[in-house]
Amino acid sequence: MTVTADGPLPPEPYDVAIVGAGVVGCALARELARRPRLRVALVEARDDVGQGTSKANTAIVHTGFDATPGTLEARLVRDGYRRLTAYAAESGIALEAVGALLVAWDEEQRAALPRLAGKAVRNGHTETRMLGQGELYAREPHLGPGALGALHVPGESVICPWTTTLAYATQAVRAGTDLHLRAAVETVTRDGDGHLLTTTRGTLRARHLVNAAGLGADTLDRLLGHDDFTVTPRRGQLLVYDRLARPLVRHILLPVPTALGKGVLVAPTVHGNVLLGPTAEDLHDKSATHSTAEGIALLRDKGRRVLPALLDEEVTAVYAGLRAATEHEDYRITAHPGERYVTVGSIRSTGLSASMAIAAHVTGLLADTGLDLGPVREPAPVTMPDLGATAPRPCERPGLVAADPAYADLVCFCERVSRGEIRDALAATVPPRTPEGLRRRTRARAGRCQGFHCGARVAELLREGTAHDT
Amino acid sequence: MTPENQPARSAPRPLDVLVVGAGPAGLTAAARLAAAGAGRVEVLERSVRPGGVPAYCGYGGFGTRTRPLTGPEYARLLTRAAERAGADLRTGVTALDWAPGGLALRTVGPRGPETVAARAVVLATGVRERPRPARLVPGTRPAGVYTTGELLQTVHLFGRSVGTRAVVVGAEEVAYTAADTLRASGTEVVALVTEATRACARSGTPLLTGTTVTELLGQGRLSGVRVRHRDGEGSVLPCDTVVFTGEFLPEDELARLGGITPAPGARTSRPGVFAAGGLTHPDGRAEEAARDGSRAADMVLEWLAEGAHRSE
Ligand SMILES: Cc1cc2nc3c(=O)[nH]c(=O)nc-3n(C[C@H](O)[C@H](O)[C@H](O)COP(=O)(O)OP(=O)(O)OC[C@H]3O[C@@H](n4cnc5c(N)ncnc54)[C@H](O)[C@@H]3O)c2cc1C
Ligand SMILES: Cc1cc2nc3c(=O)[nH]c(=O)nc-3n(C[C@H](O)[C@H](O)[C@H](O)COP(=O)(O)OP(=O)(O)OC[C@H]3O[C@@H](n4cnc5c(N)ncnc54)[C@H](O)[C@@H]3O)c2cc1C
Repeated sequence: MTVTADGPLPPEPYDVAIVGAGVVGCALARELARRPRLRVALVEARDDVGQGTSKANTAIVHTGFDATPGTLEARLVRDGYRRLTAYAAESGIALEAVGALLVAWDEEQRAALPRLAGKAVRNGHTETRMLGQGELYAREPHLGPGALGALHVPGESVICPWTTTLAYATQAVRAGTDLHLRAAVETVTRDGDGHLLTTTRGTLRARHLVNAAGLGADTLDRLLGHDDFTVTPRRGQLLVYDRLARPLVRHILLPVPTALGKGVLVAPTVHGNVLLGPTAEDLHDKSATHSTAEGIALLRDKGRRVLPALLDEEVTAVYAGLRAATEHEDYRITAHPGERYVTVGSIRSTGLSASMAIAAHVTGLLADTGLDLGPVREPAPVTMPDLGATAPRPCERPGLVAADPAYADLVCFCERVSRGEIRDALAATVPPRTPEGLRRRTRARAGRCQGFHCGARVAELLREGTAHDT
Repeated sequence: MTPENQPARSAPRPLDVLVVGAGPAGLTAAARLAAAGAGRVEVLERSVRPGGVPAYCGYGGFGTRTRPLTGPEYARLLTRAAERAGADLRTGVTALDWAPGGLALRTVGPRGPETVAARAVVLATGVRERPRPARLVPGTRPAGVYTTGELLQTVHLFGRSVGTRAVVVGAEEVAYTAADTLRASGTEVVALVTEATRACARSGTPLLTGTTVTELLGQGRLSGVRVRHRDGEGSVLPCDTVVFTGEFLPEDELARLGGITPAPGARTSRPGVFAAGGLTHPDGRAEEAARDGSRAADMVLEWLAEGAHRSE
């Protein structure tokens, strides 16, 4: 079990190096971990997995009902949905199949709903259903006035995006994948019949290379001499509302999509919050993950219409993620057999949903580039801490508390996180190195007080728990 | 569900009065109730340290003019008074939610999950400050962003400092508390920033009035805050720490989960449930919260007497 964050990288060549430990790279590492004969390195620039776009999305597992039929994305989202929902159940990843409502606010939108239902059918989803005004308001009593009806899409689900990425990485590392953090790939050169990667932590050799660098995928692709796509980051800002807002909404409330994109939604989260967002802003700066006054104002305007009472609730986070949009409408997943190289590009706004299917697809492409996958042995299942609001918290489980009182010692009161959970996260296979990493794993200081009560103690526990690190 | 997943099912533990929160309000209420013979009076405190906010205000200004105390001394005084009067203080116990039927609360703590029922409940769950996200301050999400509460605990409970150069948002008393604490722990105070056009200035601390924080800057660690003055002029204050002070909010989760709203006096919309201290007056000082707790105790005694009357 190896996770490194400093020092030189191992000299022995790997069979496969995956660049980028986002949800896609980690899913691929997990898929390759089913092939025990392979030596795999997962190489990541940042100090944790899932620190790029994978940490800042709307956390929906899409069924793919509204994908463009016939595209690779449509196929992989649909397949990924099936795989991820099963994996979540098996691995303790919080997931709630709340379903979505595409809400029509005017006649034109209402008229568009049957067309969307038809598209869903072409994507293999036959269970959508039109709701009239009465039924819509019965399902969503806090919806703002003026909605005419909706298309109900059962199956659309919300998931814990951080646990998902972490579960993949954990399972892969336990099965033998080397995860190298703080290792940004700066150049790639041919090395015999493989690749020599120069990183901020020195060099690494690999016979096969996968580019899962998200926003950086075009840059890496160019390092290998390809000029296939250009990433234009499309920022999505979101507001997270406190758990006390959760009773206001039952489904994922979507606007009827327009040419401009999927629009601003209101959705419950598995952690018991309510999300409002995202915006869609085309930018040039791949590090522009900051929120703006205009973005926040726009979201609040839209949110006020959909769920007026939401605006009275407290915001516990404002964040922004960057979709890796390119000039291509579909995923851009390309094998370069002669170079033993696969690029995973343009995974814009559905990469979480499709991650496991992308991984399976890329594994097939790797075989096409000459990689001998070897036999399959399923890796040991993982059981992740369930961060879902519907599961009892460890402090509420008498057996657990009796066996280990650390689970009764609450540190973060708003989110009911105990010292035991923080300790476990710090001792886990892929441990956090920062307060944010700890928050994504435990929810510590993610609540309405934002550390007013618990921040000092959380920081102290983190300091103690990472004291052996440098 | 595995057996250990099962919530506690045992019958509620009966009490006469349950006080939630051992801050100045809760401790004072409990002391008075126990002394007045209200029966079994128990105070639940989720923190390991009783005393509420003053327990980590490691500076003077508490107590009375004749008997000035530091926050922790004041917290100890109130704690001893409650215990001497016969109230049961249980620290490390959190009231999570209301249990169905009667006045009963679900709690968790070292003894495990439990349900506690009482003839009267005093909510004295206190206050906190409005943190950065709730103020909708745009920008990045770097490390180095604090509230006064977190700053005070970091410095006074753990003996740590928070950074090298800090901007303090706010210019009320608590902002000066933050500034003093920063300096005492070795952090330079760049400025106090307030939207108010007038604020009390103190020599030695630069004060920017009529000024709004419009953006936090920096990846990883805070590198500065962008501010805009009322006249439209903007600038960046380089700093690695920002403390959002004041804008006190009631810690009202339990009240809201029970659909309980404050009513005149210490009463609430729910008969038998009382509220006191920062929960009802978030801007008050510790002394006022204590007095409030005492008044709430009087109302509880009245209620218990009426109840006794009713049941005769
Ligand atoms: C606002 C928003 C909402 C979204 N909502 C949803 C949703 O509801 N459902 C859904 O399925 N999807 C959603 N998405 C899309 C989803 O988040 C992405 O498709 C997915 O996270 C992409 O994962 P990734 O692994 O490709 O990229 P990333 O998570 O960005 O990972 C790429 C990694 O590569 C690393 N890297 C880059 N260059 C290098 C280098 N040279 N060397 C080493 N490492 C490098 C980066 O540090 C990063 O960690 C949303 C996206 C956004 C922005
Ligand atoms: C940063 C800051 C600085 C201040 N400085 C001063 C000062 O210098 N001088 C001054 O006079 N006043 C000061 N005040 C105001 C003063 O602290 C408050 O008026 C006073 O503490 C309010 O008392 P309280 O008992 O109502 O609440 P608190 O002191 O907030 O105590 C409430 C207690 O209830 C507990 N609790 C809450 N919910 C639960 C639950 N569900 N289960 C179990 N326990 C729970 C909390 O852990 C806490 O201990 C300051 C306030 C703040 C926030």
